[in-house]
Amino acid sequence: MLKHEGVQMIPDTKKPWGGRIHTVTIGATQAEGGTRASTVTIGGSATLPFLNFEGACGKPAIAMEVWDVYPQDWPDLLKEPFGEVMHDPAKWAKACCDMGADLICLRLAGCHPDRGNRSAAQAAETVKQVLKAVPIPLIIWGSGNAEKDNDIFPAVAEAAAGENCLIGTITEGNYKTLTAVCTAYKHKLIAESPCDVNIAKQVNILAQDMGFSVENIVIYPTSAALGYGLEYIYSVMERARLAGLKGDRMLAQPMLCDVGIEAWGVKEARVSETVIPEWGAQRHRAPLWEASTASVYLICGGDLIILRHPGALQAVKKTVAELAGASVAPATA
Amino acid sequence: MGIILIGERINGSFKDVGKAIQEKNKSVIQDWVAKQATAGADYLDVNMGAASRNPDDFAWLVRTVAESTTVPVSIDANRLDMFSTGLKAYRETVGERPVLINSTTAEDSKLIPLLEMASQYKASIIGVVMDERGSPQDVDRRLELGGKIFAAAIDAGLSTDQIFLDPIVMPVKFMQEQAKNVLNAIQQMTMLSDPPPHISVGLSNVASKTEEKKLINRTYMVMAIAMGLDAAILNVCDEEMMQAIATAEILLGQEIYSDAYLKAYRQRAGGAPA
Repeated sequence: MLKHEGVQMIPDTKKPWGGRIHTVTIGATQAEGGTRASTVTIGGSATLPFLNFEGACGKPAIAMEVWDVYPQDWPDLLKEPFGEVMHDPAKWAKACCDMGADLICLRLAGCHPDRGNRSAAQAAETVKQVLKAVPIPLIIWGSGNAEKDNDIFPAVAEAAAGENCLIGTITEGNYKTLTAVCTAYKHKLIAESPCDVNIAKQVNILAQDMGFSVENIVIYPTSAALGYGLEYIYSVMERARLAGLKGDRMLAQPMLCDVGIEAWGVKEARVSETVIPEWGAQRHRAPLWEASTASVYLICGGDLIILRHPGALQAVKKTVAELAGASVAPATA
Repeated sequence: MGIILIGERINGSFKDVGKAIQEKNKSVIQDWVAKQATAGADYLDVNMGAASRNPDDFAWLVRTVAESTTVPVSIDANRLDMFSTGLKAYRETVGERPVLINSTTAEDSKLIPLLEMASQYKASIIGVVMDERGSPQDVDRRLELGGKIFAAAIDAGLSTDQIFLDPIVMPVKFMQEQAKNVLNAIQQMTMLSDPPPHISVGLSNVASKTEEKKLINRTYMVMAIAMGLDAAILNVCDEEMMQAIATAEILLGQEIYSDAYLKAYRQRAGGAPA
């Protein structure tokens, strides 16, 4: 009961959330069987994002994206901050680490049959080099070609054995190989679904059915850039998070947003001011587009954000710090 | 989230359990604990039936259940001394963990001391809508007594989340019109407050002495869920019942659909893969 000057007021009818978002730890220190200097733990929220006056809020982590091959088609603006190191994934990863990334997301883009078709052994070697070059945890993302990914994942997971990486993705139609491999080498899993909360739940059930703990999964509900259907993803993430907080274990996973790849694919980031002068300087506009996209995902439950530009990294880190620190107690009468 | 399932099987009225209580045979009891926990019970009802009238036996039974599981217990008795013995034994065994008092009626001689016990032991409580005048035969009387129990519980300091109202399910074979009255009462009880109290039934009563027990139980459960029921004492080991409940939750939008929702429902208890 709320009491005011001895008079009994209306009963407290606030209903607590029945559930809590699982925590997922990525990386393993020497004591834990890996070689990382530190680990990253995401999730753990007991209420909606940044409402920390109401309950525990997990702190979102930021990963920076590194490719196994030189990213030929990235805009010059995106290559500029890194320069020559982009020809060497290990050096590129080291640069991202120095810029303040919490994790490295190594995308094995060069293993795609249309992009060099690198072999499983080559992919495994790259993973080893990146692990050696940086002390922070690693996300390993396949080439996007399901058949090829099933070919490279066993070697990649083995090369990273003990490091407790986050590896993805599994989908409703292709989950058995990677789930088995992550079980065997004790890695965490990214479960992908095409902007669909029902399928997000389904993929988790399928992985659990193979004996994989749903507490070791991160949901990737797919991502979209600001202006390109982001609000659809937002709604899916919101529904998943509300269900998870209400106690649905199959939707109580932390969520990952692959922002860089989307934001840098749209014309707002790619077109120079010489083409559309009223849009202003691309140098500022493009990283801002990336950071703005990420900020939207932070407030609907994004726990792990993947970015490309160091300017966006700094901006998003600042946003996280401000949102996490700015909470105030609700006004009392 | 989801319907709160109270497993009915640890009851001395069942021959095997009654015999186990008299012989102090833990393994029979703990076998039912494990089976019902695996089936997804949210509470395990513990009742001596006619097996014994000795509070020490009840304390033994409560301890035997509580020490072998993390699933909360529903302390099911009639006499006040049985409740206090059972609750004390439970708290001594498990410390802080949810517990349910099953049940009080609207009679002051029971309601007042049991609400005090609920408050003392941080227990939730089921209030059955009957009093010294007996069981209600219509909707209004059910609501009147439900309202009385609800108000008394709030005054005693309980939150709405700790209050379960039971509109008294009656055998369809003998009191056919009551089946519909109970459904209407459930719907109206959901309007007692916002958020509403839990509404729970002793389900198997509806099918008492019938030939089609499982079908009647299952059908009635689904109808009651649609009216707002969110708890029941029932046979949680009835797989078809569990599937019907899972489906009702999906159809009412209480759970997010997935193609493998039945699998998810089965696994929600311990998360142990099938």
